[in-house]
Amino acid sequence: MNEHLKPGDWLVALGGLTLVAGLFLMLWGHAAGTTLIIRSGGKIVAQSDLARNRDFEIKGPLGITVVSVVNRRVRIARDPSPRQYCVKQGWLSHAGEAALCLPNQVSVELAGAIKRYDSLSY
Amino acid sequence: MTPSVINLPATADDQRIARLAAFAIGLSLVEAALPSPLPGIKPGLANIVTLLVLQRFGWRAAAWVSLLRVVAGSLLLGTFLTPGFVMSFSGALLSLGVLALACKLPSNWFGAVSHSILAAFAHIAAQLAVVYFWLIPHAGVLYLAPVFAAAALVFGIVNGLVASRLLGEASLKTLPAA
Repeated sequence: MNEHLKPGDWLVALGGLTLVAGLFLMLWGHAAGTTLIIRSGGKIVAQSDLARNRDFEIKGPLGITVVSVVNRRVRIARDPSPRQYCVKQGWLSHAGEAALCLPNQVSVELAGAIKRYDSLSY
Repeated sequence: MTPSVINLPATADDQRIARLAAFAIGLSLVEAALPSPLPGIKPGLANIVTLLVLQRFGWRAAAWVSLLRVVAGSLLLGTFLTPGFVMSFSGALLSLGVLALACKLPSNWFGAVSHSILAAFAHIAAQLAVVYFWLIPHAGVLYLAPVFAAAALVFGIVNGLVASRLLGEASLKTLPAA
């Protein structure tokens, strides 16, 4: 123990480190998604928790988009869009994640307990 | 009519505060020239002077030096009354408030490093509050809070160690005279 770092200084530094780590976890950590929100043409057409495994069939201008919930995760299982971006995106499980099937105007979003800011709607 | 002469007698105390504030302003200017990876992340070298003054001459002198440094430094850099100035000023005010409490801590347990860390956190908290409530009222600002807090911790420790080291220097003990 040198003269420049007294015992209290270590305590304060440790407290500071805890605070920084807490901030990182709180603001950067990925909270699990709890609610599924499905929109078609910008309007919410289905909202559900992730407790039950089920499929949603959403009608869009091109056809049917199938959204499936399996083990608290969500994916677009089938979609009539030509490039299949939203299908290739795969499973979503964290709050704030979203998949968009633009040609068929269907979007899927996962919300957490606290709504995080999202850069899509900003 | 004889021209009136205004005499402002400067006490030894005033001159000492002015000299120390000049040191702090010099450090502010040097620091302004350093490139920063992220706007707002700065080592806060001038705060080393504030810490030294706090230990040696007490809180009142430290408050004078810190606030003079913010105001005069901003005049020299051309940022007086800009949002950046408001951020520095509020940061200085809150960290002085925290230092007023921190210097009451038992000194054989808590040294300059404790003061420095606490003041650095207060500084960044006040600045984030100004940004969030006045400049950019968007939750995205808070997203950067962990980065700023980490920088505050690192620079707080470094500045505190420098201040603590300088306090032990014999040459500094002769500073108030001259």
